[in-house]
Amino acid sequence: MSIANTSDVKTSDMTVFASIGQFAGVARPVVMGLLGLFVLLALWQFLIWVLETPVYLVPAPSDVALAVRNDFALLASSSVPTITEAFLGFLLGNCIAILVAASFVYAKLIEEMFYPVAIIIKTIPIVAIAPVLKIMLGNGIEPKVVVAALICFFPTLVNAVRGFRAVDPQLVELMHVLSASKTEVFMRVRLQSALPYIFSALKISVTMCVLGAIVGEWIGANHGIGYLLIQSMYEFDTPRLFASILTASFIAITGFAIVSVLEKIVIRWDAASVT
Amino acid sequence: MAEAAMQLDDIPATPAIEIENVSVTFGQGQNQVRAIDRISLDVRDGEFLTLIGHSGCGKSTLLRVIADIIKPTEGRVQVLGALPEKARRARQFSMVFQQPTLLPWASVIDNVSLPFKVGGASAAGDQAMDPAEALRLVELDGFENALPAELSGGMKQRVSIARALVTRPRILLMDEPFSALDELVRDMLNIELLKIWKRSGTTVVFVTHSLQEAAFLSQRVVVMGRRPSRIAGVLDIDLPEERNQKLKDAPELGRYVAALRALLDEG
Repeated sequence: MSIANTSDVKTSDMTVFASIGQFAGVARPVVMGLLGLFVLLALWQFLIWVLETPVYLVPAPSDVALAVRNDFALLASSSVPTITEAFLGFLLGNCIAILVAASFVYAKLIEEMFYPVAIIIKTIPIVAIAPVLKIMLGNGIEPKVVVAALICFFPTLVNAVRGFRAVDPQLVELMHVLSASKTEVFMRVRLQSALPYIFSALKISVTMCVLGAIVGEWIGANHGIGYLLIQSMYEFDTPRLFASILTASFIAITGFAIVSVLEKIVIRWDAASVT
Repeated sequence: MAEAAMQLDDIPATPAIEIENVSVTFGQGQNQVRAIDRISLDVRDGEFLTLIGHSGCGKSTLLRVIADIIKPTEGRVQVLGALPEKARRARQFSMVFQQPTLLPWASVIDNVSLPFKVGGASAAGDQAMDPAEALRLVELDGFENALPAELSGGMKQRVSIARALVTRPRILLMDEPFSALDELVRDMLNIELLKIWKRSGTTVVFVTHSLQEAAFLSQRVVVMGRRPSRIAGVLDIDLPEERNQKLKDAPELGRYVAALRALLDEG
């Protein structure tokens, strides 16, 4: 009787494990991630409570949540210029990077001359370029867009060059036998082959361009998330400072999600088979 | 009746492909490699001719010279009485590669239609085949909208054959098209290829390193020697026109395979 009972318990355990297994496939990463975040926040809240840390030094998660609620309108209106600058910079930087990459692939001389220049530009810290751009371009949206564009440029350039070169040589032979023009080879073969490479660069640069826009705002702006960060710092409004950081991170994550969805739509074929 | 036959034989048929003293050298200076050395060969119109040889013997190079992918270092090639470049621009020949070489992002039907979308579609002309019909010819109707990644290796190669046939080329150049496939699929595609060749009347130049495949498919097999490659021998395959699965294991095929192997060893 007791033996029968234990075996019953075992089978019910097995079904529980099986259902965890199924759940693991879809939602597990999300749930586990949220759980980890929750544990850290709880620990943070607990430490602030135990150590009685003043709010202006380090706010508790509950203080930040309150700031998000109270300053929601301000955070939202500050996001608009930052998103605009980041988006325009993203477009500008990536378009130029892809065009330059294409010119590198078709003209070896251009690559030999300008790849080193691109690397030099890359090695200059972006915060060092920002003041120069402010002098050159003024206090408007332009220097912020350019900083965001600069930060996007390099990863996309490198990946697009690799992508344009990663084309199957037999496909190029086929296009030759079909008497395809250089433009046709580029549009129908090279560009498509490079898309998986370009998208992995876009996923990096979409988060970087938000950083670029914020750095641009630091050196001279009267609105935007970057401005709000500096302002909150001067006013010792630490909960709002944290809420601004949260907003910037939210913008970047949303951008990343949009690019990932676009990638799924545009690259329907199996990227692994592109060899 | 006998007279008429005599007369037909007397008319010198213009070869589909004329190769005269063609040599190809790759590289410069000390790193020069002579891939093929003074090869001369005529491919008759409507013939199924196979080039066979050890790997690296230059058989693929010779095929690429015909296809105007590689320019010969010396010698002269004429495809249907014109330079290979002119024949290529006029879509006189199609090429099938060792790998299916499909656009992975394009559907099956779009891959088969590719020859009409690039290189000036006017070259396609009125004699072109409907892409759907080309797919029927390789028994892939119903897969029009599938992506290449959804197909097996054999099916992908069928798509690439359909793409080659869609322009109704006078010449079909095939570079080890079945060597990446398993034997069962290869046997099946061999028989289908022969059917297509019969029906279309196309001239086929086929490259393989399988002796059995060469003997089974061809009317004539050209055996190429080791690098720098010359022609080691030419063997006429006098087997019945109707070739089927049974022939694959038949002793007469075995005799041709043995003869080819002897020629290869000499070369």
